[in-house]
Amino acid sequence: MSYHEAPTIAASDAPRLDQDDRPTLRFVTCGSVDDGKSTLVGRLLYDSKTLLDDQLDALASESRTVGTTGGDLDFALLVDGLQAEREQGITIDVAYRFFATKLRRFIVADTPGHAQYTRNMATGASNADLAVVLVDARKGVITQTRRHSHILSLLGIHHVVLAVNKMDLIGFDGDRFASITAEYLTMAGQLGISQVQCIPVVAPGGDNIVAASTRMPWYTGPTVTAYLESVDVSGDVSQRPFRLPVQWVNRPNAEFRGFCGRIASGTIAAGDSIAVRPSGRQTRIARILTPGGERDRAAAGESVTLTLTDEIDVSRGDVLTAGPAPQVSDQLAAHLVWFDDEAMVAGRRYLLKCGTASTGAVITTLEHRIAIDTMAHEDAATLDANQIGYAHLSLDRPLVFEAYRDNRDMGSFILVDPISHRTAAAGMIDLSLRRATDIHWQRLAVDKSVRARLKQQRPCVLWFTGLSGAGKSTIADLVDRRLAELGRHAALLDGDNLRHGINRDLGFSNADRAENVRRTAEIAALFVDAGMIALVALISPFRNERELARQRVQAGEFIEIHVATPLAECERRDPKGLYRKARSGALPAFTGIDHPYEAPQAPEITIDSSELSTDAACERIIRYLRDNHYL
Amino acid sequence: MLECPTTTPPALAERAEGEKFHAASHLRRLEAESIHILRETAAEFRRPVMLYSIGKDSSVLLHLAMKAFHPGKPPFPLLHVDTTWKFREMIAFRDRRARELGVDLIVHTNNDGLSQGIDPFTHGSARYTDVMKTQALRQALDLHGFDAAIGGARRDEEKSRAKERIFSHRSAAHRWDPKNQRPELWSLYNTMLAPGESMRVFPLSNWTELDVWDYILLEDIPIVPLYLAASRPVVERDGALIMVDDERMPLLAGEQPRWRSVRFRTLGCYPLSGATVSTAATLPEIVREMMASRTSERQGRMIDRDSPASMERKKAEGYF
Repeated sequence: MSYHEAPTIAASDAPRLDQDDRPTLRFVTCGSVDDGKSTLVGRLLYDSKTLLDDQLDALASESRTVGTTGGDLDFALLVDGLQAEREQGITIDVAYRFFATKLRRFIVADTPGHAQYTRNMATGASNADLAVVLVDARKGVITQTRRHSHILSLLGIHHVVLAVNKMDLIGFDGDRFASITAEYLTMAGQLGISQVQCIPVVAPGGDNIVAASTRMPWYTGPTVTAYLESVDVSGDVSQRPFRLPVQWVNRPNAEFRGFCGRIASGTIAAGDSIAVRPSGRQTRIARILTPGGERDRAAAGESVTLTLTDEIDVSRGDVLTAGPAPQVSDQLAAHLVWFDDEAMVAGRRYLLKCGTASTGAVITTLEHRIAIDTMAHEDAATLDANQIGYAHLSLDRPLVFEAYRDNRDMGSFILVDPISHRTAAAGMIDLSLRRATDIHWQRLAVDKSVRARLKQQRPCVLWFTGLSGAGKSTIADLVDRRLAELGRHAALLDGDNLRHGINRDLGFSNADRAENVRRTAEIAALFVDAGMIALVALISPFRNERELARQRVQAGEFIEIHVATPLAECERRDPKGLYRKARSGALPAFTGIDHPYEAPQAPEITIDSSELSTDAACERIIRYLRDNHYL
Repeated sequence: MLECPTTTPPALAERAEGEKFHAASHLRRLEAESIHILRETAAEFRRPVMLYSIGKDSSVLLHLAMKAFHPGKPPFPLLHVDTTWKFREMIAFRDRRARELGVDLIVHTNNDGLSQGIDPFTHGSARYTDVMKTQALRQALDLHGFDAAIGGARRDEEKSRAKERIFSHRSAAHRWDPKNQRPELWSLYNTMLAPGESMRVFPLSNWTELDVWDYILLEDIPIVPLYLAASRPVVERDGALIMVDDERMPLLAGEQPRWRSVRFRTLGCYPLSGATVSTAATLPEIVREMMASRTSERQGRMIDRDSPASMERKKAEGYF
């Protein structure tokens, strides 16, 4: 019979009433390529009897066709679920698998070992209580072991199982096992990983995975499964002060206004006094609605809807708090794990997400970078993909947070690249660099609109971007004069001129170029605040930086003008002789020659000065300003 | 036309109170996580939608959405991609639930496919699934401009699903790039999209099949009666028991529908859903049967078996 016949249910099959409240342990496997992570996880699934008949049949057949074990069951195929992974015999992305024993449920995140997939390892580790770090007994502790352990320590994972795998390939040598564990324990101590259990294993054979190995009688400690079933990883966030990042305001009708979110820490009861951060307004909890109905109390981890006794302003990104106030600051220091293939650039703006709050953020300084092999703090200007560092960040708005070590939900953030939308980095907040209360934003009665009315113009930024020699300054200069003739009030910010003054300290490294653009954008924004039309003539080769300049002002206040004169024409003109120098090698990293220029994708105005005279270009811009009611 | 015997919906409410067990903390943790995900989706996207397939996972998802936004209604509509080959009981259940809960329900069918006469018998499950499910879903998402589609997929279902993020990015062509997924740390979801791109959101990622049943039992969630054993007309074909749900099913030579006590572990289009011989007619019986089961739920699905890695490929093309 080929179809599935359900098994007969015997009356003696005890319902699982006694097992239902087994705690869940979330753990991650990590280590280098080919250390046997996926095989270990596959073996755990196999030995825990989690696998079902059709899955075992599929495993046996796949082991024969694509396996790397000569026809024996290739347990890694159970978790390497992507076609590219099975073809190459490697793990690319994290796989989440579920199994249970009599004592516990487990969610295991099996992560890739390749350095290039470190971001996926961090993804799997971020929600783990414990890590199983594998090393190949023949190789011992290597760079990737150190990198992963470092990330584990940053993520606050204090419990590690060091599984020394492939013991069969070193003849079950107990002395070698001892020297590997000694080396690892030294490193773990430096990293602050306090609980390490070292276990010699043979993952494919199952030695010391579930059953104690008969081949290593010198080892008398627990098996991997026995340890995972018994280790105490509890760290009770419900004992900490109450914090609820507001996710969603629920207003189904005029009578009901509830604030939804998952409690990050602490407990709350109806009638408790709370404060809304960052505003600091005080109120009380009226009702607590939980998925199970209305209740008097709720604790960390629960998704609830709270109503308050007062009608006060609360929105997504605010945090409801009780007890000691959390930190509120727009300047903070954090550990960063860089993910994006595009390196970190100080001065560039990223989108920061922490809890339910989002804000623009600039990495002001990289304090140091970690040299993985020595764990030394080294000076560096940037972080490449998979590197770890410590940085200062400046935020657009004050953020409500706590140190990561005290509260994971309140102290973790991601940085998102505003152009590519890739997740560029993960951050763990260390401390606040100053309190937001130190800053007093002056609330001025005379604002931009008042000033703009005085001048009978709508303030804006005219941002001229293009290659050197494209004609940006020439056209901008004429537009400036034309506006003056029309009785309008403008100011010209020329890249070259700024470099003689406010930007004189900047060179031509990527970071300095980014800072040059950032400062110019800030100055332009101040002019706009003053009701003026700011003309900026700056090569500004990177789309990302121009986008941040655009975000610095209000929607509709930024007019990007691409002076799109072809490179050959710019080089022919070569008004300052720069192309000649660049071609001769005297001027390295010259935009258009050996440094990229990213053309705007949707500029408000495009001008090719090889086809259009300066006068005609100027008129086109003036017409645009009139048509769109800037003038 | 075949006469279906009356399948009495099980008297769930009459279940002995003593059978309500206390899986509380484990299921409550999953519930809290799913509700958090649903609220993030509502807050971060311009026009989200919930894919409603009428199955048990969809029933749980809908139940969670009702809880997440209580006392309001979910701030997004339900979308059912109707291939026109669903079990009749599924359609009746769908319409009744939408009415009872007062939620918006959008039903979309690929009319191009319909007019081309695509059906699962003559065109094969692969072609049929592509046209009537994958392409139909993409049509519906484009038509309504949905930027986030919430689905009930779980990581324990299948190996490529085990690899997927909770917030899973899709290109403007609805493609999943499994080799280049966004990192997803803690409960922080990168929800940024460029024009035309969209997100698939899976609030049940960390649930297992057993969790789903335990939760249905704990919360008394209505499900399509097809999940419970009853006498139904089936034929054995290609090693599977296919229920003859209407007269459109062509019978092969020698095939004679037989009435057997069967139930379904997963529901979809009736020609592609293999039944299980079972007498488990109540939820507790189902849960006990599951505990003793030695095969996975996808075993009864025809479409995963078309080719190795077929789920990954279908997902890359935009299948849910």
